[in-house]
Amino acid sequence: MSDVKYTKEHEWLRIEGDVGTCGITDYAQDQLGDVVFVEVPDKGVSVEQNGEIAVVESVKAASEIYAPVAGEVVEGNPALADTPDLVNSDPEGAGWFFKIRISDASQLDGLMDEAAYKEYVESLG
Amino acid sequence: MVSESDALGRTPLYDLHVALGGKMVPFAGYDMPVQYPAGILTEHKHTRAAAGLFDVSHMGQVTLRGDDPAAALESLVPGDILGLEDMQMRYTQFTNDAGGILDDLMVTRRGDDLFLVVNAGCKKDDIAHMRSALAGRCEIETHDDRALVALQGPEAAAVLSRLAGESVTTMAFMSAADVTIDGIPCFVTRSGYTGEDGYEISCPGEAAEGLARRLLAEEEVEPIGLGARDSLRLEAGLCLYGHDIDTTTTPIEAALLWSIGKRRREEGGFPGDAVIQAQIRDGAPRRRVGIQPEGRAPAREHTAVHSPGGAAIGEGTSGGFGPCVGRPVAMGYVETAHAKAGTALELMVRGKALPAEVVKMPFQPQRYYRG
Repeated sequence: MSDVKYTKEHEWLRIEGDVGTCGITDYAQDQLGDVVFVEVPDKGVSVEQNGEIAVVESVKAASEIYAPVAGEVVEGNPALADTPDLVNSDPEGAGWFFKIRISDASQLDGLMDEAAYKEYVESLG
Repeated sequence: MVSESDALGRTPLYDLHVALGGKMVPFAGYDMPVQYPAGILTEHKHTRAAAGLFDVSHMGQVTLRGDDPAAALESLVPGDILGLEDMQMRYTQFTNDAGGILDDLMVTRRGDDLFLVVNAGCKKDDIAHMRSALAGRCEIETHDDRALVALQGPEAAAVLSRLAGESVTTMAFMSAADVTIDGIPCFVTRSGYTGEDGYEISCPGEAAEGLARRLLAEEEVEPIGLGARDSLRLEAGLCLYGHDIDTTTTPIEAALLWSIGKRRREEGGFPGDAVIQAQIRDGAPRRRVGIQPEGRAPAREHTAVHSPGGAAIGEGTSGGFGPCVGRPVAMGYVETAHAKAGTALELMVRGKALPAEVVKMPFQPQRYYRG
């Protein structure tokens, strides 16, 4: 049983035990347009909550990805180097960015659940 | 959502863009489609594979009339305007006294008049500049009531000939003709901003939506937004004003010497001629070049360019992913010593030095109609 949380920056975090898998939401990929490059973090990188951790570039612009929670990167998605368009075709599946070992589970309480995120996106019009 | 877009100008095709699902963004004071639902990559590739229709009605269309409008305009641009044959078109630039570029433009001789197309973001200043500098020599008429669309791509000629007759298929590249398209009187040039064969079509504003819908009804034609217009012109190695050229870059630094005719190089007689002639003679300190990043990371505008492991030698002015090249492409200025094709460079992207190389442009072969 996994639990998915969301941020206002349109990232999703699927939590399994003390590891979270992070990517960007379908709304985010639609806003970005065709993704042509993703830079994912290396294994072992430590990051603070809201620290810059990855970069996604679409045909329009470059955007920073911020860590939803503090922790240590377990794995970056190696598939995105050659097939960055997975972010468009399967943003909440094969287009994941990185896995992170969550250092402070209490930070999860500040994130949105699916219903709250849906409401948030609707409020953006 | 109420936005500042209420204050933006709208082209005669605004309603059509919205009806087609265009994502509207502010651009040079106009509310313009950056893309349609197909998206930038698909629109870009479609233009190179078949035909794309672009709304460029935001650009300025201007007629110059007078005793000798060509001689008058030559006092403001380095291009050979006197040498234009009737219905022939040429690319040139308005220069300033330092040899910098105020705008780039297309000039067509049309009988006794000249027909100009200038950039949307510069048109107000260009018109004021001409009204002031050419006072007493030229009457300057702006055509805010007209629309301008571009039909670009390898199928453009086949499509247009279906609606306008065979004669459009043999129009020379950079020539003009008065053409009736589906009953609408149009002024057509064989030109564009994509590196592909194609046409730019000026028509009365009130006829524009009908014309655009008629062209879009042809199966080869899809609507193309500003996003793909930018990536197409970048692959074609063409300058975007305000990015790759501006008041601080001369035509020589910008690698636009080809646009200055032999007579003008010798005689001068345009703003900044002393600077530009000296650069033609002695070389320019820097030069606009094509830049091919080695990896997949795009190098955007303002990316610092270094020699490998060394000093800063320039700056990127345009950059992004080249959909038909299949990898990132860029252009920018480097010191002349580093401007030769094959020279190794480093691009500073997010604090990392990424290897790159100076390459010849265009990135995609030009496919203009050459008869």
